Amino acid sequence: MTTLSDVSAPAPLDPPKAEAAPLSPTRPFIWSVRREVWENRSLIIGPLVAAGVVLLGCLLGALHAPHMKFSLSGDAARQAVLLIAPYGFAAGAVLVTGVIVGAFYCLGALHNERRDRSILFWKSLPVSDLTTVLSKASIPLVVLPVILFAVVVATQLILLVLGALVALVGGAPMPWTRLPLLQMWLVLLYGLTVLSLWYAPIWGWLLLVSVWARRAPFLWAVLPPLALCVIEKIAFDTGHLATLLNQRLGGLDRAFTARMGTDSPQDFLPRMDAARFFGTPDVWIGLVVAAVFLAGAVWLRRRREPI
Amino acid sequence: MSCIEARGLRKTFGSTVALDHVDLRLDEGRILGLIGPNGAGKSTALNAILGLTTHQGELSVLGRDPWKDRDRLMRDVCFIADVAVLPRWMKVSQAIDYVAGVHPRFNRAKAESFLSRTDIKHTSRVRQLSKGMVTQLHLALVMAIDARLLVLDEPTLGLDLLYRKQFYDSLLNDYFDRSRTIIVTTHQVEEIQDILTDLAFINRGRIVLACSMEAFEARYLEVMVGPEHLAAARALGPINERQVFGRSILLFDSVDRSQLAPLGEVRSPGIADLFVAVMGGQGAPPQGAAA
Repeated sequence: MTTLSDVSAPAPLDPPKAEAAPLSPTRPFIWSVRREVWENRSLIIGPLVAAGVVLLGCLLGALHAPHMKFSLSGDAARQAVLLIAPYGFAAGAVLVTGVIVGAFYCLGALHNERRDRSILFWKSLPVSDLTTVLSKASIPLVVLPVILFAVVVATQLILLVLGALVALVGGAPMPWTRLPLLQMWLVLLYGLTVLSLWYAPIWGWLLLVSVWARRAPFLWAVLPPLALCVIEKIAFDTGHLATLLNQRLGGLDRAFTARMGTDSPQDFLPRMDAARFFGTPDVWIGLVVAAVFLAGAVWLRRRREPI
Repeated sequence: MSCIEARGLRKTFGSTVALDHVDLRLDEGRILGLIGPNGAGKSTALNAILGLTTHQGELSVLGRDPWKDRDRLMRDVCFIADVAVLPRWMKVSQAIDYVAGVHPRFNRAKAESFLSRTDIKHTSRVRQLSKGMVTQLHLALVMAIDARLLVLDEPTLGLDLLYRKQFYDSLLNDYFDRSRTIIVTTHQVEEIQDILTDLAFINRGRIVLACSMEAFEARYLEVMVGPEHLAAARALGPINERQVFGRSILLFDSVDRSQLAPLGEVRSPGIADLFVAVMGGQGAPPQGAAA
């Protein structure tokens, strides 16, 4: 029973001394982000499961009929599609899963801590509401895209090995001689950046609902915008809000231009068009809206108590 | 230096007045017991002190406005609000890592040393620990923080006797060093009587009684009176009277000990008995209302 009292001996009446050891302001932020990843393992497990499902499908497909897929020579376009399709499919499955996981993460991020009362513990530590909300917003904006990139690349590398084995059996050229790997990953990186920025107001909205709603944050996130669309339709017979929401949810094609040829695997890669994406005000307006939502979330969390 | 200074502190929720012009001053190095029935305003007062809720009136904690300056204040203030607020998904090792990561005044060695005296394993998740162990873990984290003010809101609610005793023993032996200040609320008043230096009763949002324990002991006396002296004792104007095993125990406010000594055995009353005496006349709100 002596150890603790010994260590605390110099404590009396020297508060100014302790002030001399300030933490760097980024430290609470980084630890808060780490905390989120600890708590929400679905952020990693979800994309991994999606990748596993795709890999299993490809494996079974390869075992079932490898000759069917890779011995059809002659039709270059068909071969190109067959070659690159699994890679695109893997990326698509992981990204879609990532978006769903991200949405559910955001809805729970500032809600669950109130429901299980742990907000009282978090608030007992010197971490500001701004830091907390920003650390939670950084998950869908930064951390999740990084996780998705890693999972997609790892999945594609496994596919590559699988493809090499199939090529060996079928006597075809090795897949990496024909696949634009670096370009694929560059497109993926660009796509994830675009996804993060374009969906920023959606993440912000979900976080705002998460801190605001006392229960059923999912319904509060979805139903009011739908109701507004319906009201607009009935009252003014217009669909501006619906169009706006539709564009926001499905408007990622603006970051790419239509592909040109169909002869090589490259042709099936989406063509990046950063000038077009960043050139329209839409993305910037979205970011401002996201910032407003996040500011609202900070304001509300300051005043929120356990449910 | 005063740790807490409240003047005309007021807080309303709609038409409900939770705090009604509370004046309170607490110097550094004191241990204050804030005692009151459920719904008396204890938690609201603590929330205001911790900057968790807005308030009207003046309130200064360690020289800062807790609402406006909360982020800075929380480096000097710790609290255990309620029991079992540690996140259930967290591992013990993660809890230590996280607090060490975000708190500039956290002493990891202290926390480890405290935990080593318990049965808590680093690899356990909070949800796997018993209620008593969760409280031990929380206390280990809090005691390792070199804070100037520690606020405990019903820290031992629902714990068995052994854990409760151990909790206050640790607090007093390993943490309190006469430069820190502690505020504690509890319904198990008798358990904290010996550790308090100051006492405040709160009821219906008002401070009903606030004094140091020395003043409490000087002012209030209890006499166990046999039937033969009962009339004489009642003539001195007791503020409360109760029967125990056929004898009467009378509680006096500011009556000289020498006057009471001939009537029977004189002693300091328990806080709980004084609480009943003081609150009895106040009409405490029905039990079960939110604190």
